[in-house]
Amino acid sequence: MAVNTEKNSYTVIFATVMVVIVGSVLAFLASSLSGKISENERLEKQQNILYAMGVNENGDDEGSVNFISTSEVAAEFDKYIKEQLVIQGDDITKDDKAYLIDLKKEESLAKAGEVRRLPLFVGEKDGKEYYIIPMRGKGLWDAIWGFMSLDANMVVQGVFFDHAGETPGLGANINQRYFMDDFIGESVLDNGRYAGIEVAKGNNDPTNERKDDNAVDALAGSTITGNGVTAMIRETLNLYKPYLETIRVKK
Amino acid sequence: MALLSKKDANLILDPLSDNNPITIQVLGICSALAITAELKASIVMSVSVLFVMGMGNVVISLMRNIIPSKIRIIVQLVVVATLVIIVDQVLKAFAYELSKTLSVFVGLIITNCIIMGRFEAFALANGTWRSFLDGIGNAAGYGIILVIIGFFRELLGSGTLLGYKVLGDPIAKTGLYAIGYENNGFMLLSPMALIVVGLIIWVQRSRNKDLIEEN
Repeated sequence: MAVNTEKNSYTVIFATVMVVIVGSVLAFLASSLSGKISENERLEKQQNILYAMGVNENGDDEGSVNFISTSEVAAEFDKYIKEQLVIQGDDITKDDKAYLIDLKKEESLAKAGEVRRLPLFVGEKDGKEYYIIPMRGKGLWDAIWGFMSLDANMVVQGVFFDHAGETPGLGANINQRYFMDDFIGESVLDNGRYAGIEVAKGNNDPTNERKDDNAVDALAGSTITGNGVTAMIRETLNLYKPYLETIRVKK
Repeated sequence: MALLSKKDANLILDPLSDNNPITIQVLGICSALAITAELKASIVMSVSVLFVMGMGNVVISLMRNIIPSKIRIIVQLVVVATLVIIVDQVLKAFAYELSKTLSVFVGLIITNCIIMGRFEAFALANGTWRSFLDGIGNAAGYGIILVIIGFFRELLGSGTLLGYKVLGDPIAKTGLYAIGYENNGFMLLSPMALIVVGLIIWVQRSRNKDLIEEN
């Protein structure tokens, strides 16, 4: 095939054809897989929410994170999550699809001046109530997010964190148990103030025995991701403060 | 290596030692520094690059006679990006757990200079089979160095290997820690990866004097 590949017209045609082919292949792939992908993401969200309230398959040892299996998670979610609330300003409504609310979208709505919707999940396990708050913030490279479950006294019962692209081996370890388990038992209150929990470098408490200091031990080498977690918890608590206060006073 | 002629075998073996992309050509340093704090991440990255480089080299080699030279770099980028996105999407649909571990590396693979380097230097001028071997060889050469760095950084920095506490428990003070050993937190930071690469280069060149450049 003797084509003059140096000609401008050939270059333009080649580029056009290539873009069309690659574009349609990717578009076809994305649309044919999107159903499966969003289903996977939905189940993952349910797994994460349940994980934060302690419904998971973790052993007693400090090992890896073990979610409820994807085949059971939908049923377990219905069983343990009693109510899904949407807080919008002073309005509180129930909504079974609240866990599908996109926090990123709500954040940009809030920036545009609208009142954002805040999802909150009320779970019940062994007669005890859990208030699970979703959160979203910024790490070093990309978004970080998570769920934190609180009891009526604002003591953390469990957390789950995840990230889009933190440094592997450093900031990426926020989704490991040795980091997340440290939050359990910490109070987000400091003398009645919603202080949150600091991911602290110098709290001199590596075994995390002090549960009243509003701080957990940071990960070595991931200052900015840790600060991101601190900021995410503080900002989210600020948003949910009015509602959380009604729970606390009620009890 | 009866399957391959000597020339073909060298395509795979050369990049493993005497023409290693990291230690000799000094390519792909950025990802070698970024993701080697853990052995597991190093292995995952190596396997991903192996796949993308093997496939990419084949695709570029098949297209080598019709790619206009003026836009060849763009074509190469499109090929890598497409391959990586296809892999990422398929994994997301059928192996969601695995895709979560890999997603961090997707961006790093696309920008990996070794991949672009091999497309440009080899696949554009050679046949499909040889290009495939060259891709595999270079990816393996890259992977070996990554695994070596990951091994030392995780062992000395966290005292673990693949998450297992091989040196004992630093908090409960068992194993080596009982006699006063401490993890070197500096190993977790990128500068130490560079120093480890430097040490590997030093060892390699002192064993094979031919690699030392004359000034």
